[in-house]
Amino acid sequence: MEYATIKELVSLAAAAETSIWQIVLQVEAEEEEVTESDVRKSMLTNLEVMKEAVDYGRQNNIQTGGGLVGDEALKLEKYFASTSEAEQNNIYNKIITYALATAEVNAGMGKIVAGPTAGASGIVPAVVLSIGEYNNLSDQKLVEALFTAAGLGYVVSKKATLAGAAGGCQAECGVGAAMAAGAAVELRGGSPQMAADAFAMALKNLLGLVCDPVAGLVEVPCVKRNAFAAAHAYTASTMALAGIESVIPADEVIMAMTEIGDQMPTCLKETSRGGLAVTPTALKIKADLQ
Amino acid sequence: MSIFEIMGPAMIGPSSSHTAGAARIGRMARLLFADKIDRAVVKLHGSFADTAVGHGTDRAIIGGLLGFLPDDQRLRSSFELAKNKGMEFSLEEVKLREVHPNTAQIILYNKEKAKNLELVASSIGGGRIKVTEINGSTVELTGRMPTLWILHQDRPGEVGIITSILGSYKINIAFMQVYRNRKGDIGSCIIEMDDQPNQDVIKDLEKSEDIFQVRYLPRI
Repeated sequence: MEYATIKELVSLAAAAETSIWQIVLQVEAEEEEVTESDVRKSMLTNLEVMKEAVDYGRQNNIQTGGGLVGDEALKLEKYFASTSEAEQNNIYNKIITYALATAEVNAGMGKIVAGPTAGASGIVPAVVLSIGEYNNLSDQKLVEALFTAAGLGYVVSKKATLAGAAGGCQAECGVGAAMAAGAAVELRGGSPQMAADAFAMALKNLLGLVCDPVAGLVEVPCVKRNAFAAAHAYTASTMALAGIESVIPADEVIMAMTEIGDQMPTCLKETSRGGLAVTPTALKIKADLQ
Repeated sequence: MSIFEIMGPAMIGPSSSHTAGAARIGRMARLLFADKIDRAVVKLHGSFADTAVGHGTDRAIIGGLLGFLPDDQRLRSSFELAKNKGMEFSLEEVKLREVHPNTAQIILYNKEKAKNLELVASSIGGGRIKVTEINGSTVELTGRMPTLWILHQDRPGEVGIITSILGSYKINIAFMQVYRNRKGDIGSCIIEMDDQPNQDVIKDLEKSEDIFQVRYLPRI
């Protein structure tokens, strides 16, 4: 069994009357010649790393290489503590806090799971862990959602790029949001097709996103962008669960992303020679750091 | 390709190329040297030089030289740990010709054996690396598969001897490169294999009269 497109992934899952995660798990075990139980164990290790990063980032003011970020999740935690219970229980608030926490830990040379990249590593954990906590789901369920995310990202990596230097931030945070959206759908009980629609909608809305990091660091705008992209992923999953479909199929959105990435000027692809990176403030920050 | 290349690796941030890849470059240099590193000179080129401090590229390479993996929390404090372990190091910038923007040149010294090793390696994206030069010879070494690096006499039949020893142990060669600087000089052979060779394979290769060095490099 194999899959090279989102459509194939959905068809395989639908034909077997199962979920995308099940197909992804099965193919991984076959390809790597290991047992499904071993694949689950490896992903559980990733889940543990994700949880630790979120916990650390929520509680600590983190020293980062450039010192441009580090206490955002902590600020949110403090702010929510002063708000109403309804506000504290709002899943979006959990999602943005967790995404910031992970992205800050990453910026501070902490341990994270790159997925699809280190710069976009806050999105998938934020969505998956928040939904898990909100609905009291087992680690096993969360591991399965990580398979959904990984399988969707795997298709992108076969067809396109996951590197900001090649495709801009749409290929990092855009794909991260799309992976998280698909995973969120399956975690919330949606069908494989709904997961594909959520993937497509999330990616569509982040097409064209450039990679213009200040002073070349994975801090500004990267850290806060993880929070926006995570909330964005959850929104896409909710729309898909309600039966809203993506007019453009997921595989075609990936094609569009590649084309846009090719057309995007090099100065906006992780070179720090355009966009936010050349604003007066960014240039001053860069000079001060050197 | 495994899905763990998408949902993974677990690593120390902030950048798969500038941090995880840098740690792997350091570790690969350590494996190639295979002796105690008394002193290391690390020269950074291009984007590695421009953003080393903010990305922890410098600390990651030194950590790799100490043997740390990309997910090892000790990468952050590698400078202090290197001092404790008696490994001297210096970091500088360099401009190399025709190399990837994320490239490092590393020179390692062992005092007792009066031995050194010089290599050039690049971080080519997503934490993947490529060693492009060892002691002045062009090579291509990625560490994605179990690899043997063999130095041998450049003469007819030598490569055949190496491959038949591997064949006799049922080890399948996936990729193989042979280099030399001059005809009849020392040849350098890099063999990437599907399977991990055991100690017997390495001993058999070492026994062969015109083989000067056999170095096994596990998947990194």
